[in-house]
Amino acid sequence: MSRIVRTGADFLYPAILIFGLYIVAHGHLTPGGGFQGGAVIATGCALVIVAYSYEEVREWLSGKVLMGQEVIGLMGFIGVALLAFAFGQVFFFNYLNASGSLFGIPVPYGINAGELNTGGFVPLMNFAVGCEVWGGLTLVILYMLSGIRREVS
Amino acid sequence: MKKKTVVLIGSLLILTAFLGVVAFTLTFGTPKMTDMDDYFLRFGQEQTGTNNQCTSVTFDFRGFDTLGESTVLFCAVIGVALMFRKMQAGEEHEDE
Repeated sequence: MSRIVRTGADFLYPAILIFGLYIVAHGHLTPGGGFQGGAVIATGCALVIVAYSYEEVREWLSGKVLMGQEVIGLMGFIGVALLAFAFGQVFFFNYLNASGSLFGIPVPYGINAGELNTGGFVPLMNFAVGCEVWGGLTLVILYMLSGIRREVS
Repeated sequence: MKKKTVVLIGSLLILTAFLGVVAFTLTFGTPKMTDMDDYFLRFGQEQTGTNNQCTSVTFDFRGFDTLGESTVLFCAVIGVALMFRKMQAGEEHEDE
């Protein structure tokens, strides 16, 4: 693409990344969550991949990194859910809620201001799913662009 | 007028009448069974610690659904990777 598109992508990419991470991190307080935030971040990655050509992106972005990120996200999701057995609870039990430790501030019923340090394991799940969706969707775009060949003019 | 046009207009009228009856007679916002909704709205905030009830349902009460969703996404990526992989040197397409 042209230099204007590349410069615009350079300016927009950090903003999109920060916005997506904000959606992921505030998934238990505001509308959004892991899937939506991960999709927003993947949109920013798609912007960079389209603005720069596939061959150029391929030099510094490997598919193995994204695949590893996706696997880490899915395994983290299952691992956080499995960790409930260590606390003597059932699968997918919210063992961190109201425990006083990480993300463990109890939330009363009704309207409240919203504290980031609440939610039990829901924020951890959001981060895991966001990581997975980020890697997965970017990988899909990267693989689909790999099928395009440059026209010889 | 052609027969095809008559049939098309007639079916469109029937569809409009059906959707109009559905839209003007059914009442929305008053479900018959509200036990589960009431439980989620009353106890979701204290039991999961999330102010966002959608997230409390998708990630806590119905975590298995989200697990399946993640697995489906993973399988989709694997399928795309299989479709767009690089062909090996001695390998050929079947239809060539």
